[in-house]
Amino acid sequence: MNSMNENDVMMLKTPFHSRIEAACEINLWGNWMGYTTPDAYFDVELEYFAVRSTTGVFDLSPMNKYRISGPDAADFLDRMMTRNMHKLAIDRVAYVVWCNDAGQLMDDGTVFRLAENEYRLCSYARANDWLHWCSLGFDVTITDETAEVAALAVQGPTSCSTLTAMGLEGLQELKPFDIRNYSFDGEILSVSRTGFTGDLGYELWITPSKAEDLWDRLFEAGKPFLIKPFGSHALDIARIETGFVQAGVDFVMAQDLIRPGRSRSPLEMGLSWLVDFEKTHFNGRRSLLKERETGSRYRFAILDVDGNKPADHSFILKGDKQVGNVTSAAWCPTAKSNVAFAQIEMPYGEVGEELTAEIYYERELHWTRVLAPCRVLDGPVFNPGRRRQTPAVAF
Amino acid sequence: MTNYDVIVVGGGHNGLICANYLAKSGKKVLVLETRDAPGGCAATSEIHPGFKVSSCAQWLDLLNPSVIQELNLKEHGLEFAAENLITIGLNSEGNHVFLSHDSVDGKNISDEDKSSYINFKVKMLKYAKLLNKVFESRAPKLVEHNWTDRITLAKIALGMKLLGKEDMNDFMRLILINIYDVMEEFFENPHLKALISFDGVLGGYMGPRSPNTVFNFLYKLVGETYGYQGSSQIKGGMGALGESLSASAEDAGVEIRLNSRVAKINKTGSRVSGITLDDGEIINSDIIVSNADPFTTFNNLLGLRNIEAGMARRVTQIRRKSGTAKLHLALDTAPSFVGLDADQMGQRLIIAPDMNYIERAFNAVKYSEYSHKPAIDISISSLNDEELAPAGKHVLSAIVQYAPYEPEGGWDSHRDIFAKSIIDLIEQYAPGISNSILSYQLVTPKDLESNYGMTGGQWHHVEMTLDQVLMMRPFPGASQYGVDVDGLYLCGAGTHPGGSLIGLAGKNAATEIIKRGSEA
Repeated sequence: MNSMNENDVMMLKTPFHSRIEAACEINLWGNWMGYTTPDAYFDVELEYFAVRSTTGVFDLSPMNKYRISGPDAADFLDRMMTRNMHKLAIDRVAYVVWCNDAGQLMDDGTVFRLAENEYRLCSYARANDWLHWCSLGFDVTITDETAEVAALAVQGPTSCSTLTAMGLEGLQELKPFDIRNYSFDGEILSVSRTGFTGDLGYELWITPSKAEDLWDRLFEAGKPFLIKPFGSHALDIARIETGFVQAGVDFVMAQDLIRPGRSRSPLEMGLSWLVDFEKTHFNGRRSLLKERETGSRYRFAILDVDGNKPADHSFILKGDKQVGNVTSAAWCPTAKSNVAFAQIEMPYGEVGEELTAEIYYERELHWTRVLAPCRVLDGPVFNPGRRRQTPAVAF
Repeated sequence: MTNYDVIVVGGGHNGLICANYLAKSGKKVLVLETRDAPGGCAATSEIHPGFKVSSCAQWLDLLNPSVIQELNLKEHGLEFAAENLITIGLNSEGNHVFLSHDSVDGKNISDEDKSSYINFKVKMLKYAKLLNKVFESRAPKLVEHNWTDRITLAKIALGMKLLGKEDMNDFMRLILINIYDVMEEFFENPHLKALISFDGVLGGYMGPRSPNTVFNFLYKLVGETYGYQGSSQIKGGMGALGESLSASAEDAGVEIRLNSRVAKINKTGSRVSGITLDDGEIINSDIIVSNADPFTTFNNLLGLRNIEAGMARRVTQIRRKSGTAKLHLALDTAPSFVGLDADQMGQRLIIAPDMNYIERAFNAVKYSEYSHKPAIDISISSLNDEELAPAGKHVLSAIVQYAPYEPEGGWDSHRDIFAKSIIDLIEQYAPGISNSILSYQLVTPKDLESNYGMTGGQWHHVEMTLDQVLMMRPFPGASQYGVDVDGLYLCGAGTHPGGSLIGLAGKNAATEIIKRGSEA
């Protein structure tokens, strides 16, 4: 593990950096947990359309990865996560959230069950300390393997065809959230049918020494399928279009809070489906049960906003009264809708409710305010069948 | 199937007091005690046929008078064998220092020191009174707007204001420094300084130069605000206090089961449901009050994996070290201390010639070693209570500082060496005592842990340091006896205000449980 602990300094490079640097035509770099990562390679919209129409490749190596092993690994995860982790089979992946004692969201992530007592947790934020505290009383070993695993997301309709052309036979049989291991130059290439774009897509996990070879072979195989790399800006549009919340953007992670009351519970973030109250114990359960009885403070809403001005940072009004604000917003090209994620104060924000987005935007130093009508949707605007279909459809 | 309204885990003094008040409020209460006698650290045991000692707690100087009165302990057999004992700082040549609650005397004590002592005590008693304002109620939380807590906070604020500017400034300054520096400010005589500072380090993992020693000193001094003018000795040994608490509790309707070790506190969802004894018997109850120390309660009885992770972290971070051991001697003849008459030998005798002596003694435990020249607090209890030893024979108990939880290689290979060095040291002040020893018993911190369930052998369960008192005792989020597990309460020395047979933790916990009523 490297000794970097300052997230604000962009000093690290991922194992794919040589290839990314060559591909990043416009030099638009961003900082992801200390890693130098591309916000965009050549054009945000074209990158976005690669994801939706052909294949897009995203380097997710900076994602924090923790190996959790030992006889109590499943019990440990089950206590930490709001979901029932005993139901997670080997070679399967689960989307998870976890809470502090007060039932407030700390982060979201994915848990990969690699073997009987072997798991990998991918988290947005660094979680060493929290994992350590959660491990008190459990026989588990937790290892930060962020720098030991290189990872690429290969997303889009032709992703299966691309990877099959690269030699990953039988990949089309992989169901969503399945994991399958392939051999790659004598190393294990682990493939999971997961992603953050809401489309057909896979994530590839490999040892860093093989990262550049993997990139080269992938782009070679993907040529006929119009493969393109994409950066974080394009990813942001895709994830908003498909309704994925982002830790640190759509909710403040409870451990980072200074002001009381600014954190959110999973129930307030539209993530109740991840909370299994049937479990007798998990961290935050007592507080979440109380919240379920006494009511939440906020409701998470996906809004369809009239017009084409993205409602970034807008206030949400009910009549004249401010009842919420927008945390993420984007014009979503495929769904052709102007989507915003908002935190709405209870009891507002029910599905179908008509609200108003107070949007401020600037053109040539001139600020304009628009009151755009909007309504609460009952789900994301983009949710194609190919995302779930098995065997994967070849495009 | 719930048979009891409340189960109290542990029949120590606080457990019995808490159970008693709960029973008086109409609850059906069961107390489960591991040992074969009630009282926990208020215990008497036989170290040699016919020789009985207060095996754990030695002196009574803090027990809250309201507890004695409200629970009618005197009618239930509590009797003092000696009260208001003075403290004598021993000198091997007979130049002893005699310290009472309001005066000091001795051959080498100057008039300046004598008058300084009076000033010192006046000032310190003001501070002790201020502390006591918060002791008789739950510790106030600072952020939640609750009237009970606001009143407590207002009492402290007003109390501080009423100290006057100079004393208030001094309080804020002294409470955060160490007893060594305070002694240097007030006194000249090295022996006097050591004698007073010893009360600042008693029972703690601290030397005179350690922070928190002034607080520890003031905590003990709270007893003087209750009317104790020195240490007292219970007739029949400290176990008699346990017996009277037990008798009073039973009188109030409490059921007490001895020889019943609770192995597990059971939890269903976020609520406790009962306990399991080590023989497998399950007893259900919606409310469990744990008199066990907080670490034992959460780590051993509930299991860290069954509580919230943030709380588990706080539990493991509780500082709970001790450096205190005990030595009991059965003596064939009356001991003879240089320059002391029989009456004086029945007082509280301290071996600690100067503060550096104590500090050096403390050095050892930092490296898991025991002091070869420890500081010692001696009680020859049979001089005040003939029941404790056969006629003409005596028992001597000593609190010995410092001893580590466990020295390298374990206590077995060190026990006799350590005991011998303590006896040799006492011999310097009481020539001939070694030859009259019929048997001795060394109680190490590890023994205190296994005999009385106090983790680390720490007699306050949770070290009495400023980071672990008031709203931070035993840890934030558990400071008002209730914790983040519905139906579970703490009532032991590890909770506010602390240990040392004061009894308020048990009483305050009962008040809180009654107040919360069915909502708990």
